[in-house]
Amino acid sequence: MDQQVLDRLYDIVGPDGVVAHKSARSVYDCDGYTLEKAVPEIVVLPHSTEEVAAVVKFLNRERIAFVPRGAGTGLSGGCLPVEAPVMIGTSRLNKIVHIDLLNRYVVAQSGVVNLWVSNAVKEQGLQYAPDPSSQQACTIGGNIAENSGGPHTLKYGVTTNHVLGLEVVLPDGEIVTLGGTVEDVPGYDLRGITIGAEGTFGIVTQAALKLTRQPQAYRTFLAVFESVHHATQTVSGIIASGIVPAALEMMDTLIIQAIEEAFHFGFPTDAGAVLIIEIDGLAASLDPQTERIQAICKHNKAREVRIARDDAERMALWKSRKRAFGAIGRLSPNYCTQDGVVPRTKVPDILQRITEVSEKYQLRIANVFHAGDGNIHPILMYDERNADETRRVVQAGKEILNACVDLGGSLTGEHGIGVEKMGQMPLIFSPEDLMVMTQLRSVFNPDNLCNPNKIIPTPGGCIDVTTPRRQVPL
Amino acid sequence: MENTAFVDHEKFFDCVHCGLCLASCPTYVELGTEMDSPRGRIVMLRALQEGHAQLNDEVVGHLDLCLGCRACETACPSGVQYGELIEGARPFIEQHYRRPMLERGKRWLMNKTFPHPWGARLFALFLKVGAALGLARFAHSEAVPATLRYWFGLLPERGSVSSAPLLEHYPAIGEKCHTVGVLSGCVMSAVFGATNQSTVKVLRHNGCEVLIPKAQSCCGALLLHNGDKQTALALAKRNIDVFDQLDLDALIINAAGCGAMMKEYGELFKDDPVYRYKAARLTEKMKDAAEFVGSLELRAPTREVRVKATYHDACHLAHGQGVREQPRALLQAIPGLKLTNLPESDWCCGSAGTYNLTQPEMAARLLERKVGNIQATEADVVATGNPGCLMQIQAGLRQSGLPMKAVHTMDLLALAYEDEPGSGH
Ligand SMILES: Cc1cc2nc3c(=O)[nH]c(=O)nc-3n(C[C@H](O)[C@H](O)[C@H](O)COP(=O)(O)OP(=O)(O)OC[C@H]3O[C@@H](n4cnc5c(N)ncnc54)[C@H](O)[C@@H]3O)c2cc1C
Ligand code: SF4
Ligand code: SF4
Repeated sequence: MDQQVLDRLYDIVGPDGVVAHKSARSVYDCDGYTLEKAVPEIVVLPHSTEEVAAVVKFLNRERIAFVPRGAGTGLSGGCLPVEAPVMIGTSRLNKIVHIDLLNRYVVAQSGVVNLWVSNAVKEQGLQYAPDPSSQQACTIGGNIAENSGGPHTLKYGVTTNHVLGLEVVLPDGEIVTLGGTVEDVPGYDLRGITIGAEGTFGIVTQAALKLTRQPQAYRTFLAVFESVHHATQTVSGIIASGIVPAALEMMDTLIIQAIEEAFHFGFPTDAGAVLIIEIDGLAASLDPQTERIQAICKHNKAREVRIARDDAERMALWKSRKRAFGAIGRLSPNYCTQDGVVPRTKVPDILQRITEVSEKYQLRIANVFHAGDGNIHPILMYDERNADETRRVVQAGKEILNACVDLGGSLTGEHGIGVEKMGQMPLIFSPEDLMVMTQLRSVFNPDNLCNPNKIIPTPGGCIDVTTPRRQVPL
Repeated sequence: MENTAFVDHEKFFDCVHCGLCLASCPTYVELGTEMDSPRGRIVMLRALQEGHAQLNDEVVGHLDLCLGCRACETACPSGVQYGELIEGARPFIEQHYRRPMLERGKRWLMNKTFPHPWGARLFALFLKVGAALGLARFAHSEAVPATLRYWFGLLPERGSVSSAPLLEHYPAIGEKCHTVGVLSGCVMSAVFGATNQSTVKVLRHNGCEVLIPKAQSCCGALLLHNGDKQTALALAKRNIDVFDQLDLDALIINAAGCGAMMKEYGELFKDDPVYRYKAARLTEKMKDAAEFVGSLELRAPTREVRVKATYHDACHLAHGQGVREQPRALLQAIPGLKLTNLPESDWCCGSAGTYNLTQPEMAARLLERKVGNIQATEADVVATGNPGCLMQIQAGLRQSGLPMKAVHTMDLLALAYEDEPGSGH
């Protein structure tokens, strides 16, 4: 990196805000998607919105591309620096700025960890509803970029339903506010299109987040089935009955075995599938719903329906579910989590296709997913030391996503396109669609300096990963 | 660079790079740099082992800054044994990397001080003399160099250091149900003799006959942590020999750092043909004091201790040994004691073995955070289960001019039991 550029960055953020040593910045070479790696030439960690703006303004003037990074828990390589020498991390923007209990919102900097928000208002009986499984570490900025969801998305919606306003540093360095602290700001919903833009519209520095009341009561069921088919029938049955569960999660045999080994919750390791069903609301409303859910499960040949006895058991159950991806680390040296969507009724079909893919490519694939939304997460296990197996993982992942699209679904439910799925965008969008998206991006990011080479494939120039890069030497 | 494996290479593959550990790591949250996060350190460690990385100041700096608190292990869904990775690397670093002179001197001195009784006594003497001279006063003086100021700050108050010797044998009070050994510990016996007495008292009141063989030695944790594995193993063997020949139901350890280390004796000697079985057998019996007493049907304490208390989870107890609920339950069993919740209770206080001596700056930052949290509880005392935390937190409270006291859980519990006439309690 040019010494003058370095000097200027040092001037703006101070020596402790720059990570320049090769050995140090090497650890920023990937996020939770480890199939591709690239080391940024420099990592900048600004301490304030103003510093972010000054850095971005300078980079824009110098025509140097940059990539935003939160906690790096992303699963699609969103913060991979592809032809972007500078990485701008939000880890120092980690303060909760303001809590307004009466109007029920929190203003938090973008590097604040998702769970910290709920923790800050827990005693007051409030919560920040979006609960990605990575919530103990992922940041609000990353959630906004990916429009993240979680197990409770089914009832409460995704990130965009809970963000009132944003403070964004646009790719030219201008600081703007989109939305506000109240709902429904008149005019075009610029806040809305920035959420889910995967960091290509600018760097979010601060956000006003809606707080919701913690439900008065919960009831959490663990229903055990001999087959995925019966579990899926149950999911459809519950939704058709008019009940809106807070969460409806499915896990297959392989994942049940992995998390049982990891967390010893007492999952039946011989089951074909289990459902975690949660309802919440006024205590009085839960009993009648409970009866109906139990009846639907029984009707669909559930082997057993357990209800969490107390809050501790409920927490233990959720902990097991939310840490399911990680538990796979115990079965396999590496894994790649896929993220696709199919119409809810097609869940058995996609699982059948996944089984076929698993056989064809000789890979172990575990399934854990948000069954209520048809958002599947096949987890493909591999060993990165085995180059051939690694190649097969990439192929198999693509084939599964193609199958989702075939079944009338989509490429991603919540993990984003990033670099991982860019090449498949033409499967669901026509060249005209992609052109419109590029034009929209140009409004915010005319020179494509902010997180380039993501989401929208450049015609003819998309990176088609077939052989992942190896680990880079430090 | 030669390719020397310092840990079982497979262990690196437990880490799936998910990042869920990040926000639990004190150094990451303080600094915001991935190199100072568990995930970043694992990447560097693996690169070192594979020979991709050079052992340069940068890498060593980030690895040295790791507290070894193992909060990352609690957070990790993938079961990464981070403690083993970093502990495995430390001797490797000592062997292959030359630190600046001053740093080397400091480490040498520490390694020499703790494991020998005379060294520990010398340390106690330093603390005693320092306290008597009131050196703590100079902890804020600009005339004193920063490092020294910090060390002075750690000095206890006048008269609070006790190294009263323990007897080798104490009978149970009331009906005898168990025979237990107690590790007296080098720092514990030098500086926290009173806490050892409290531990014995609580055990006796709960039907334990207590054996404290004089031939035992330091557990070796500080040495291992500072990279001197050989000496650490020698000390461990000695302890195994001494305690294994007694017919014990449990071996009680009241210093969390020692407990966490000793519970790894089994693993440390798993390939040693002679010590393998003995080590495994003894490891089964090792219990933290609160863990053990908490597992008994507690003989109800009778004396009131009217204080508002809060509880700090020592890293080596909560993350290292998974002991969280038992100490709290014991405190709640004390008549008159009101227990309040400490925010970030399992966040490292910065003491971490000799960390406050080798990394004073980060240690001070973490201490400030801890003291702030303690202050917010408005408690009279903060209980914890590790000598390092006690010294560190007490120093922090004193420096901030707060009247609160840091005490060992066993000290509070002992207060709630009647003194035994003639036994000195
Ligand atoms: C074990 C595990 C479980 C997961 N579970 C879920 C889940 O249930 N639901 C879900 O939706 N996701 C899940 N994820 C994916 C991931 O955690 C989310 O996408 C999360 O929102 C990423 O946040 P982050 O802070 O780690 O962002 P990063 O990974 O650092 O970045 C993600 C993207 O956001 C951009 N970005 C980051 N910060 C900013 C900012 N301030 N301004 C603009 N752009 C920014 C980056 O450029 C990148 O494109 C999971 C991941 C893991 C490892
Ligand atoms: S140590 Fe555990 S939590 Fe941290 S990145 Fe590795 S697998 Fe994830
Ligand atoms: S041991 Fe503590 S300081 Fe070290 S990486 Fe783990 S959490 Fe961080």
